[in-house]
Amino acid sequence: MNGMTFDAIAARITQVCEEAMVVRSENGQPFVRVPAAALPRVAALLRRDPALLCDALMDLTGYDRLKYPGNEASPANDAIAVVYLLFSQQHHHRVMLEVQAPRALCAVPTVSGLWPAALYFEREVFDLLGVQFVGHPSLERILCPDDWVGHPLRKDYLYPAQYHGVPHLREGQHFDGAPRRQGDPEPAPTPAPTKKGHP
Amino acid sequence: MAVADLPKPGNDPHEQIVLTAVDEFLAWGKENSLFYLLFATACCGIELMQAGGPRYDVDRLGMIPRATPRQADLMIVAGTITHKMAGVVRTLWEQMTEPRWVVSMGSCANSGGPFSKWSYSVLNGVDKYVPVDVYIPGCPPRPEALIDGVMALRERVRRYRTMGVRDRDPHVVQGADCRFGSHPGKPEPQA
Repeated sequence: MNGMTFDAIAARITQVCEEAMVVRSENGQPFVRVPAAALPRVAALLRRDPALLCDALMDLTGYDRLKYPGNEASPANDAIAVVYLLFSQQHHHRVMLEVQAPRALCAVPTVSGLWPAALYFEREVFDLLGVQFVGHPSLERILCPDDWVGHPLRKDYLYPAQYHGVPHLREGQHFDGAPRRQGDPEPAPTPAPTKKGHP
Repeated sequence: MAVADLPKPGNDPHEQIVLTAVDEFLAWGKENSLFYLLFATACCGIELMQAGGPRYDVDRLGMIPRATPRQADLMIVAGTITHKMAGVVRTLWEQMTEPRWVVSMGSCANSGGPFSKWSYSVLNGVDKYVPVDVYIPGCPPRPEALIDGVMALRERVRRYRTMGVRDRDPHVVQGADCRFGSHPGKPEPQA
């Protein structure tokens, strides 16, 4: 029961999706990046092809590519990436997929029809990163309260100044370098620290 | 004369009659039966369980965990309270019968603790939602610290007047910036 190698899986994906791109990073875990439009057919191939048969969605997560390390070469790429970690319990091979969606119109097709485990994962990614999973039956927030504003794991997220009348900081509390909050003015240049020793 | 100072009654029927003030008697009963609500949201709950275990054994103080707020006198807020959880905490507190007491256990419940600086979701102190009687510092506090806080709370319970003229809400605590009257976790009802 030896599974396919990553290269063989990547080649198989490339057969149904020519735009698929193999990314080999320095951490030794290569992945396949596919466009969002091609995700349904790539996912269906991975799920149903007898040679691939990735029947377990181990994880579905996401990250913000804004200010991402190694992103300096292409600073225009501020997309939201969704990552799929797939595993075949029959063939014992695994593959990582990545889909990027533009920041403003952040929509990715759902894979919950193929892997029901994605129902909760996609709700989490929607909650924290604001990715709209098209076709998800009930895309609601899962961690934050329902009336929360914004998606906290986006790197340009502004902290709420208060929630239901309870301020984010305690009275008189101030932190240097604390994140900017919604409604805060533009940060002023920090004054030079005054050197005051103990009396 | 406080009830605790009285000599133990003997077999003589004359020694089995105790005269005391009603307040003293009720307070004596309350401070020795602080049933606490089983409610833990983070790692402080592990220390709370330790305090209830055989080594520290808060049962000997009359503290018995209750699974429902209707039967609880004391709420030990043990752990991080998020904005989402805060409304639940307030609801549980409202369901407790008076007189009710709140102990804030650990840095998270006191002030947000390690999350007070960078977290968007953690409430900076449970006293924003419920009035707190005793704050116990520590991250998490050891069971001895919890028991020490409970002993401080027992002093408050002893001073609490059940009968006669008293404050409308006995939970006005010095230094607590709690909000009374309204439920900050729920929208106000529309008139």
